[in-house]
Amino acid sequence: MALKNFIKKKETETLAENKGVKISVRNLNFYYGTNHVLKDISMDIHEKKITAIIGPSGCGKTTLLRCFNRMHDLYPGNRYEGEIILYPDGINIIGKNIDPIRIRMRIGMVFQKPNPFPKSIFENVAYGLKLKGIKDKEVIYEKVKDALEASALWDEVKDRLNDNAYSLSGGQQQRLCIARAIAPEPEVLLFDEPTSALDPISTAKIEELVVELKKRVTIIIVTHNMQQAARVSDYTSFMYMGELIEFGSTEKIFTKPENKLTEDYITGRFG
Amino acid sequence: MGSEEYISRVILKRKIVNILMLGLSSLTALYGMIWLFWILADVIIEGLSFLSINLFINDPTPPGIEGGGLRHAFVGHFIITFMATLMGVPVGIGTGIFFAEYGRHSRLIKSLRSITDILVSFPSIVIGTFVYAFMVKPVGHFSGISGSVALALLMIPVIAITTDEILKLVPNSLREAGYALGARRWQVIKDISLSAAKRGILTGVILGIARVSGETAPLLFTAFNNNFLTFDPTQPMASLTVTIFQYAMGPYEEWHGQAWAASLVLTMGALLFFISAKIIIHGFRRK
Repeated sequence: MALKNFIKKKETETLAENKGVKISVRNLNFYYGTNHVLKDISMDIHEKKITAIIGPSGCGKTTLLRCFNRMHDLYPGNRYEGEIILYPDGINIIGKNIDPIRIRMRIGMVFQKPNPFPKSIFENVAYGLKLKGIKDKEVIYEKVKDALEASALWDEVKDRLNDNAYSLSGGQQQRLCIARAIAPEPEVLLFDEPTSALDPISTAKIEELVVELKKRVTIIIVTHNMQQAARVSDYTSFMYMGELIEFGSTEKIFTKPENKLTEDYITGRFG
Repeated sequence: MGSEEYISRVILKRKIVNILMLGLSSLTALYGMIWLFWILADVIIEGLSFLSINLFINDPTPPGIEGGGLRHAFVGHFIITFMATLMGVPVGIGTGIFFAEYGRHSRLIKSLRSITDILVSFPSIVIGTFVYAFMVKPVGHFSGISGSVALALLMIPVIAITTDEILKLVPNSLREAGYALGARRWQVIKDISLSAAKRGILTGVILGIARVSGETAPLLFTAFNNNFLTFDPTQPMASLTVTIFQYAMGPYEEWHGQAWAASLVLTMGALLFFISAKIIIHGFRRK
């Protein structure tokens, strides 16, 4: 155990020295009431790369993802310990003096099920811009168009921007949610199992899009689909029972995992 | 096989029970409907025979003189209900928002919500006497505004509960999407929750107004009545309901007729309110 911790520490230390670290998680513990959900997690998220978080149901992967934009703050009974450092300015995301609103403006999120607002397609994408205080209509239009293009939705909706967002199909709605998240130009984008409610064709489109988006933002994606993690991500972290079991390049995790648990999970022996 | 016979016996028994229960429930439904339609038919037939333009444009005349109307009561009723709406709707909606958006995890607010639930079916005469004690007694005379306050107090719990229920139907994932973009709580409420729930809340408002527009008891101790047309809410004010009560109890044929006609107008008004609420709900569901 001590050796494992030592190796883990060694690994993360060397990673932090590398340039291009966007987020650095240090000894993160998260409690929900008296429930110790995340246990001493340390890992680095690399800039403009895709980091996948995999693991069986209830392992804490979504809980970890929701620490990055302080979503837990919306509900009572949560407690964070440790640090999540956001670079380049090096602020601690979970610091007590940090306003979660500021974090959420820099770190966007796409949810498990498409959840567009009951507004028009245009208003959906423009909402984050309005929150940022952008009032110039032309600027808003350009940014909405850019976001819709970047999420491969523009051609399908350009003639009906004023239609209600619910008139879109499930896959289109999810791409709209991605457009909504990227319009305010966040630095990091969190994906919480973004394709679990979609059909295979829509899933493929979203995956393609995620890979395309890493040119613009740093991406963290939670998925229960191991093939998806293998297809899209550069780094993979495997979690089990609230602990980070193994973290490394996706290639290494899927071909030469160091930990027996990781190997068992990715070969489908449990999960 | 014996079990075949057993099964057909069971099925026969179920069929008989089914027919019996269906018959019973249809009969009870019919029993309720008969009264409802009887009342409606009576009001329409009697009301129509006394309905005339004089009813709306003239004030009361002394008994025996032709051409009297209830203009004062229509105007008074409108003013009292309108002021009650102005006072009751914002408070009701605000309370509902508070319950649903701020009070999700608070035990105190849970008990407040139960109390509001009870207030929905609170005896309206008690509200009337309560308002009498603090708005009529100290001033020394009845007033239209005190009637409005009494009606507003009746309206608030209805609107608060509906707003709360409708806001609870707004999926939490929508709120989370708003928060994730960096919205503050009031922005999420204003731009997302209320925008998703506006039709439902409007329905609650209409139901709230409909609930109070047929009330008599709370007005007896507050707005009281007035035989003359007045626009001054600090003075006693006539209302349709109290006037119907007074005229129906009165000794003159003419009064009875006018009470019938006023009843018809009041019933039709309530009906119109409920129908528009239904239409709004329908649109809400379709969307």
